[in-house]
Amino acid sequence: MTPAALTVAALSLDLGPTRLVDGIGFSVAPGEVMALVGESGCGKSVTAQAIMRLLPDAIRQTGGQVRLGEEDLTALPERAMQAIRGRRLSMIFQEPQAALDPLDTIGAQIAEALRQPLSRVRAEVRRMLEDVGISDPERRIDQHPFELSGGMCQRVMIATALIARPAVLIADEPTTALDVTIQAQILDLLRRLAIERRTAVVLITHDMGVVADIADRVCVMYAGRIAEAGPVAEIFAAPMHPYTALLLASIPRLSDVPKSPLAVIAGQVPAPGEYGPGCRFANRCPRAEPRCATTTPPLLAAGQGREIACFAPLADRRAP
Amino acid sequence: MTGHLAGRFGQALVACFGVLTIVFFVMRLSGDPTLLLVPEGASAEQIAALRHELGFDRPMLVQYVAYLGDLARFDLGESLVQRAPVAGIVAERIPYTVALALGALLVALGIGIPSGIAMAVWRGTVVERALAAIVLAGQSLPTFWSGILMILFFGVYLGWLPTSGADSLASLVMPAVALGALTMSTFARMTRISVLDELSRDYVAAARARGLSRMAAVGRHVLRNAAIPVVTIAALEVGNLLAGAVIVETVFAWPGIGQLAIQSIAARDFLVVQAVVLFVSIVYIAMNLLADLAYAAIDPRIRLER
Ligand SMILES: Nc1ncnc2c1ncn2[C@@H]1O[C@H](COP(=O)(O)OP(=O)(O)OP(=O)(O)O)[C@@H](O)[C@H]1O
Ligand code: SF4
Ligand SMILES: [Mg+2]
Repeated sequence: MTPAALTVAALSLDLGPTRLVDGIGFSVAPGEVMALVGESGCGKSVTAQAIMRLLPDAIRQTGGQVRLGEEDLTALPERAMQAIRGRRLSMIFQEPQAALDPLDTIGAQIAEALRQPLSRVRAEVRRMLEDVGISDPERRIDQHPFELSGGMCQRVMIATALIARPAVLIADEPTTALDVTIQAQILDLLRRLAIERRTAVVLITHDMGVVADIADRVCVMYAGRIAEAGPVAEIFAAPMHPYTALLLASIPRLSDVPKSPLAVIAGQVPAPGEYGPGCRFANRCPRAEPRCATTTPPLLAAGQGREIACFAPLADRRAP
Repeated sequence: MTGHLAGRFGQALVACFGVLTIVFFVMRLSGDPTLLLVPEGASAEQIAALRHELGFDRPMLVQYVAYLGDLARFDLGESLVQRAPVAGIVAERIPYTVALALGALLVALGIGIPSGIAMAVWRGTVVERALAAIVLAGQSLPTFWSGILMILFFGVYLGWLPTSGADSLASLVMPAVALGALTMSTFARMTRISVLDELSRDYVAAARARGLSRMAAVGRHVLRNAAIPVVTIAALEVGNLLAGAVIVETVFAWPGIGQLAIQSIAARDFLVVQAVVLFVSIVYIAMNLLADLAYAAIDPRIRLER
């Protein structure tokens, strides 16, 4: 097995007395796309911010580790972190147009990732723009974000994130704000670049369709914890966690009117701070048993690289 | 862009004309200067004769049209009180007010903008609280009060600065600080809000994600974006400065157009008051046009609009 490019171990994030993310862990290998999925508010974005060490002031990492290759980022001073961001560890965002400074040219912003003025690295920036599929890069390089479409802005963001050839790219819902046709193009681009450049990608999404399209592995989060993780093919073929099963059942087929998972799974996700002592899915789970409400199911290995946290999984394939 | 500027210029001219018209009629509602000009004990006939000679017995509308006719020929007329051309009287005072306003603007921009930036960047720290106290003082002390306090302390007690007049650059210090204080607070508050607003935007997170330090993100991206709303109020604030100059020039016996305006209103020297108003309006228009040009310089979205 190749050593992981990124390892997150037992990560806990607190907002004051409230635990938002409760001891989650996963790892991503070079060239692999790992999807982090889950309903709104389950803690995907704060996890990404914690990996980047760019958490909002109010949120603190109270436990766990983030490792880039062998290096533990958790203990690094901010200066060292700055040298890593954009170079070895990059991130792209949900609203590409908002993620670019409206008053600055795109070329100048891409060059920032190389810590060089644009004039010095112009050829390199132009080549990168070509790589992300922007036509006429020599003209685009001096344009401002408002002169580009949303899809092109996301390509620019990808160029910015990858120009320094980082080992890890975190993409926080990179296509949610884009048109469906553009979404597919951007996902293809990410997939292709990840493979070509051996970049480990953490793809945050709440769209199981996106997961099926481009991810190698998936990590299903529910209310600040990991419910189930493993290879996409295995999990889609035979989900074990009741929540995963319901999520998969809610993927819209071509013939369906699109629905959100919330419309399909009855009940509400508990808010952070309202979590009980047991399984956080218990109030919505069709398979809940009495102990589910009182005891937290541990995340256990289930063979074939799978992990699951449930007392009554759909097909019990846990290793004995 | 040029069409937009021309439109703004047209609007400004109309506003200027409106202000002038209002001043013209309001001034005349309170009577005319004839009584102040005749010697004591003059007879009713003498008064009437002088009023006729000065033209104040004509219907107001006729006087108004005559005034506009003169203006159209760039003739500001002659002061009835000082018996000298109005243009000269006002022109003599303008450099003083310009110096005062520039001094005040220097204080306001030089202290207000860095304070605003610092309050936003070091939000929630002792830096913010200390600066907030200064800003609060600047905005809550009335100009005449802070002026008198400064005269007493720096002028009378310490003897560092002249208490009044306009003899040297040192005489400019206290009036400029007194006049600039309120504007300084406005700039500090606006800059703080504007920088905080920009700091919360995605492009700042993205800039940090590609390795910029917080300060580098502020310097390279936030300040330019935050400048846009500050430029807007800067143009308005110059108008406020000129209004404030009336009080400051009176407190410090500063011979600018504010002092001239007060003297001329008291003497019912209509033409001088109107000329001062005209000057202030023109400055105001010029500042707003300048602000429009500044937007274009900062923001490519405006610059590249056809
Ligand atoms: N800056 C912040 N201050 C306080 N609470 C926050 C902040 N950012 C996120 N949270 C809280 O942290 C929890 C997790 O939020 P997060 O943004 O990670 O969710 P998410 O899984 O990314 O959801 P979405 O799919 O809507 O993006 C939520 O309860 C949210 O309210
Ligand atoms: S542990 Fe119990 S409540 Fe939780 S998912 Fe499994 S069966 Fe449902
Ligand atoms: Mg999110």
